[in-house]
This record gives sequence, C-alpha cells and structure tokens, in this order.
Amino acid sequence: MLFFSYFKDLVGREVTVELKNDLAIRGTLHSVDQYLNIKLENTRVVDQDKYPHMLSVRNCFIRGSVVRYVQLPSDGVDVELLHDATRREARGS
Amino acid sequence: MSWAGPEDVYLSTSLASYLDKKLLVLLRDGRKLLGTLRSFDQFANAVLEGACDRVIVGDLYCDIPLGLYVIRGENVVLIGELDVEKEELPPHMTRVSTAEIKRVSFTFAQKAEREASDLKGTMKKRMDFLDMD
Repeated sequence: MLFFSYFKDLVGREVTVELKNDLAIRGTLHSVDQYLNIKLENTRVVDQDKYPHMLSVRNCFIRGSVVRYVQLPSDGVDVELLHDATRREARGS
Repeated sequence: MSWAGPEDVYLSTSLASYLDKKLLVLLRDGRKLLGTLRSFDQFANAVLEGACDRVIVGDLYCDIPLGLYVIRGENVVLIGELDVEKEELPPHMTRVSTAEIKRVSFTFAQKAEREASDLKGTMKKRMDFLDMD
C-alpha cells in the first residue's frame, strides 16, 4: 500500500516509465491503482524513431507487472516522509 | 502522503475511458494489436473487436486482420489510445501486402540470428585468453 499511496501523491507530475521491454515513455501521471498499473497522459516515447507504432499515442495504460522503473523528478521525493512511512509499514507487518 | 484508506482498495486505473475507442495494445511477445476495446476486467483481460496485427519490419508494415480477440491480461504491456487527428505511423513507412511482409520478416529474422551468433563468436574469442578448458 505504501507505493500506491506514494504514487497517488505524485499524480499530476511528469514521470518517465521504463518498461521491461526497454520502451521508455514520458508523460504526466494521471492515475495509479493497487496493482501499480499506471495511466499516463500527454505521452512521448523516448527514442521515438525506434518505436514508430507509438507515434499517435498520447494517453496510455501501462500494466504494473511490466514496469521496470518509474523515473521521477528529484524534487518529487520527500525522503524523510518516505523513511517514516517505510518504518511504520515495516513495524505493522 | 495521502494514505490509502479501506475504500481505496477498490480504486483502479480504469480502462472504462478506453471503451469503444480504437487502441494500440502492445503484447509481451512484441506484437502490436490494433482494435476497438469492447470489454475488460481487473486483470486487464481485454476484448478487441476488428483486431489486426501491425507487423513492422524496417520501413515496411502490414496490418494482418484477426477479427474478434480476447487477450489474456498477463500478456498486456501497454494499451495506448490512438489520436485520430495524428498519423499513426511516420510518413516514410510503406504499407505492403501480407505475403511481402512475411517474406521480409523471414529475411530479417535470419539476419538477426546471424548477427547474434556472430556476436557470440567474437565474445568467445575474447574469452579465449582465459584458457578455461
């Protein structure tokens, strides 16, 4: 639940999602769910020439299971808050 | 952080907004399916109507018609909404027939296999100094 809550706070921020098939997509985080499925808006593909089929895709749904990384702006992370939340979650389980 | 409450467990990034839209579905095996989303569920299983498989080899492409498809969610990588006002593919790409794309993709696959085994060969040669045998 921790990362679900964390991503919910990042809704509206610009992120780059790197998938396990090496495709990287930059876009605005529109929504996230308990499976960490991601919906991005205003998307652009990194290295567009390699993925011509993605040319007209502007919004997409990404299945959580295929995400390798979610790259965030450096000011998107409140490390202290995350640390506290992690400790609380660890204590709870 | 906005803590996930008990009701949030039911929150989902819904595919409902994509219903009846023409979509691009990327599958784990690299296939690119295009079609109209008619149904979905919490596993991202999907029903695509009028589905076709867009095969791209270099600058050539071909849409192979498939009909009504039920896709198991575990194979889904991405579901993208195609902007009708934009070109789906770059202008330099040419559409060819099914027979032609099959021929080209066979040659392409052969070339890729040869390059992979060549790379394996050069790497082996580099490791030879280790004298491990």
